[in-house]
Amino acid sequence: MFEAILLTVITASTPLVIAALGELVTERSGVLNLGVEGMMIMGAVAAFATAQLTGSAYLGILGGIVGGGIFSLLFGFLTLTLVANQVATGLALTILGLGLSGQIGEAFVGMPGVRLQPIVIPLLSDIPFFGRVLFSQDLIFYMSVALVFGISWFLFKSRAGLKMRAIGDSHGSAHALGINVVRTRYLAVLFGGACAGLAGAQLSLVYTPQWVENMTAGRGWIALALVVFASWRPLRVLAGGYLFGAVGIGQLHAQLLAQSGGIAIPSQLLSALPYVATIVVLIIISHNRRTTLINTPASLGKPFVPDR
Amino acid sequence: MKKLIIALAATAAVLGGFAGSASAQEKKKICFIYVGSKTDGGWTQAHDIGRQALQKALDDKIETPFLESVPEGPDAERAIERMARSGCALIYTTSFGFMDATVKVAAKFPNVKFEHATGFKAAENLATYNSRFYEGRYIQGQIAAKMSKKGVAGYIASFPIPEVVMGINAFELGAKSVNPEFKLKVVWANTWFDPGKEADAAKALIDQGVDILTQHTDTTAPMQVAAERGIVAFGQASDMIAAGPKTQLTAIVDTWGAYYIKRTKAVLDGSWKSEQIWDGLKDGILTMAPYTNMPDDVKAMAEETEAKIKSGELHPFTGPINKQDGSEWLKAGEKAEDGVLLGMNFYIEGVDDKLPK
Repeated sequence: MFEAILLTVITASTPLVIAALGELVTERSGVLNLGVEGMMIMGAVAAFATAQLTGSAYLGILGGIVGGGIFSLLFGFLTLTLVANQVATGLALTILGLGLSGQIGEAFVGMPGVRLQPIVIPLLSDIPFFGRVLFSQDLIFYMSVALVFGISWFLFKSRAGLKMRAIGDSHGSAHALGINVVRTRYLAVLFGGACAGLAGAQLSLVYTPQWVENMTAGRGWIALALVVFASWRPLRVLAGGYLFGAVGIGQLHAQLLAQSGGIAIPSQLLSALPYVATIVVLIIISHNRRTTLINTPASLGKPFVPDR
Repeated sequence: MKKLIIALAATAAVLGGFAGSASAQEKKKICFIYVGSKTDGGWTQAHDIGRQALQKALDDKIETPFLESVPEGPDAERAIERMARSGCALIYTTSFGFMDATVKVAAKFPNVKFEHATGFKAAENLATYNSRFYEGRYIQGQIAAKMSKKGVAGYIASFPIPEVVMGINAFELGAKSVNPEFKLKVVWANTWFDPGKEADAAKALIDQGVDILTQHTDTTAPMQVAAERGIVAFGQASDMIAAGPKTQLTAIVDTWGAYYIKRTKAVLDGSWKSEQIWDGLKDGILTMAPYTNMPDDVKAMAEETEAKIKSGELHPFTGPINKQDGSEWLKAGEKAEDGVLLGMNFYIEGVDDKLPK
């Protein structure tokens, strides 16, 4: 049973991790995009529609990435080129995404989805327990793990990552050094959108292979919280995402176990646990102001106009 | 935003289509507030099918604007008030959680008629309407007891409100009428609409050993999980057979259309009165989806029970029934009063859960 629970946790955590990683990169470049929920739902509908029309879940993944990516460019154009307020634009992006995806998806409601099949890795999948849990998963899960380490390397070991963090910390200085702030930020926003789209694809191809309006049900907001929760560190996003997923699944099992044990735990309290956990962690990390300041991109959310 | 656009577009389309003709002025607005999207495949979709039936039946006399995905809480009050201001003659608020908001707005607009689904607060211009879903759940319980090899079913519940508790009890009563030892495991998802979470709840129940699922949430995600794991399940609110062609045993299908037509006609001819209506299988406000994926004898039993409930021969809540702690609730032959059912806040014997307070 433990193995089955673990598999459920992985399914529930993967979209949170992927969407949060994308937003982490965006925010590291100094752009706050609150439209994760909207980009995620656009990815979900694009992935579902592509998979339905082509019959291929892999093209569906591509559709989700492209859908989320294109949608994020709208945000990029408004906030980077037109220098609109990032918070307002992000919120608008979420509202627009939820509505637009509902319109696009109307033709696909109630259709049985195309499920993304797992890829069983030879040899590794024969390892007892871990083989089945970690090496018999679908492509999106493997991508999520690759993203965690890839982004870690990019941000902290590569020259381009260093430049990007510099932009996030002080776009004026970076500009003075001749780094193209706007172009880098466009790429970071696009990457964030693509990741949110991939997370959406996971929802409509793996988690619940179907299309229902609003099916992200607030996961984009949880991903946003995760970035802060993880204090802008990729590995902590991974840990935090799995903590959120595990608490969510664990509370369902806790309800059932408590029942058979004859204990009454209010289910509302159990449902609130992930949010309680967030608050606790936020208190803990904000306790140490210096490390928080080191990790927080100092230019986050501030508008940048090149010739000023 | 989208809600507003749709409502405006619907209004504009209707008005535009009849611009200049006298009938445009006389068309009454019959308005709907939905908690979910009109294509959720469950609860809200059932109401929207009812709305479409209404529009079709009285097409030359009415228009039926609606607002969808209206969150329960303060937003609901604003949405209902906006509808009331826009000149609606009758407003249907189609979720339990809209109750207090509807009561407040109804008090402000005495000339507008309101009907609130599944609630218990009425007023001079506010009627309530509900469906005896428990009749369908009793039949489901009987089927579950016949079909489950392990003698334990899983129930995905939304919120601990009387409507849901009543459904759980009715299911268990039906099951116990076939197998007195039948157990029911309940998981509270604390949401009406979240495909992921509903799927997680379904998986948790299956991992804990149930081999039959039923749900009181709105999407087809649990049905899909049941299909993947190779067990059987019941649909909720709409026929969910498309999500599990080899999985769905039957579904309680809400068929609001006839009711909406009847009440709208009453508004049009001025005979509308505030009532607290609670119709059941016999009135056609709910129907059972075809009995599928079960042996003929189980199907025959289900059909017989359905006929008995329709004829009034069988009332699911007929004693002797004990409460969960073993104390007596109904004596042999005694039938539960509607008021008690509508305020139900206790489990009957056999439910393997502690009711959240």
